[in-house]
Amino acid sequence: MVGAGLVVIGVGIGIGRIGGSAMEAIARQPEAYGKIQTAMLIAAALIEGIGFAALFAV
Amino acid sequence: MREKFLLKLLVTLFIISAIPSYAQHTESDDAPTELSTKEAEKLERKEYIKHHLQDSYDFNLFSYKQEDGTKKHIGFSLPIILWDNGLQIFSSSKFHHGEAVAENNGNYYKIYHNKIYKTDAEGTITYDEEHHPTNAKPLDFSFTKGVFMILLTCILMYLLFTSLAKSYVKNGSIAKGMGRFFEPIVLYIRDDIAIPNIGEKKYMKYMPYLLTVFFFVWFLNLFGLTPLGVNVTGNIAVTVALALLTFLITNFTGTKDYWKHIFDPLGDSMPWYGKLPIYIILIPIEILGIFIKPFSLLIRLYANMQAGHIVLMSLIGLMFLFKSWLGSPMSFMLAFAISLIELLVALLQAYIFTMLSALYFGFAAEEHDHHEEAPAH
Repeated sequence: MVGAGLVVIGVGIGIGRIGGSAMEAIARQPEAYGKIQTAMLIAAALIEGIGFAALFAV
Repeated sequence: MREKFLLKLLVTLFIISAIPSYAQHTESDDAPTELSTKEAEKLERKEYIKHHLQDSYDFNLFSYKQEDGTKKHIGFSLPIILWDNGLQIFSSSKFHHGEAVAENNGNYYKIYHNKIYKTDAEGTITYDEEHHPTNAKPLDFSFTKGVFMILLTCILMYLLFTSLAKSYVKNGSIAKGMGRFFEPIVLYIRDDIAIPNIGEKKYMKYMPYLLTVFFFVWFLNLFGLTPLGVNVTGNIAVTVALALLTFLITNFTGTKDYWKHIFDPLGDSMPWYGKLPIYIILIPIEILGIFIKPFSLLIRLYANMQAGHIVLMSLIGLMFLFKSWLGSPMSFMLAFAISLIELLVALLQAYIFTMLSALYFGFAAEEHDHHEEAPAH
């Protein structure tokens, strides 16, 4: 249970960082909004997958 | 006009999110008095959520306790198809929602933990040391709730998209009615998913699959949020089948360059004795990668939908845990908010599945001109 919590914290930090970086990138290059968003969603989905794997291991 | 539409949408969502809680309410509030301890209620909630996540042999919308203590089930039964010394077909109503032993042509069957076992007339199930049933399990091809929903979605999609195609022919390629909603989505899949990932030349070959899988997953995800209580995309067998299709298409349409990338990625840049030590590690990883890619697809979709349903059901269950004027509305609002997020997740997961499938097809269809890399992400 504690392990699952730790993993979720890690996943949260990871997705938070992706979101933050994507925000910065969009602020710098608003014209690349679409591409950045796509890349962001894919990376977030990949991390999320790891989080779910941990949750199901509990 | 726009406000009116938004209002309608909100009201619809509100009703949709409220109905499952109503069904749950009738379930746990009328628990018999001798079981009304906290523990028993907790167990019942757990059972209810678990039951909801599983496929079932009948289409049960909701059930409640009648005044005389018997359970009343609202829904309809589906056919059971077994292969057990010949084909055995009978209605799932014979099981009385898993409580009774079903008889067909002199064979007796009983549902235990959502699986059908062959038993004697009294329905006795024998166990081994680890409490696993030792009864014979007939091959099960039953027309379950999940199969029902899949076929329903297929019919819905067929009717929807053939009628759209006809309307395009009739109106001279101008979207009308439903087409105004679906055209941007189809165009988005073509222009922002297929073309950038697969390339201008070959994307048309993959478009039918990408569109089908997108709408199939999306519609099934959305059905999962309705009070019908189906969880098709949260069923690992369904996601395995979908990912298997992606896997087969990727590998059967793979070009020479795709296989070369797996078995000889360094090409002529090095003599063979330089490549050998690298390849000992690299080639197994590449071969493993062929299987890991669709595997991550199936796990992602399954886990997302399953987790979404668990969270939603748990929050609804919280309402009956608090049973107070403060806690219950709060958890209701939370469940409502999560329902909205789940609407987004339903779309997002369909998008991710399509997107990653397109990415893999892009790898398979890629052809090197050895001067520049193919435009993949």
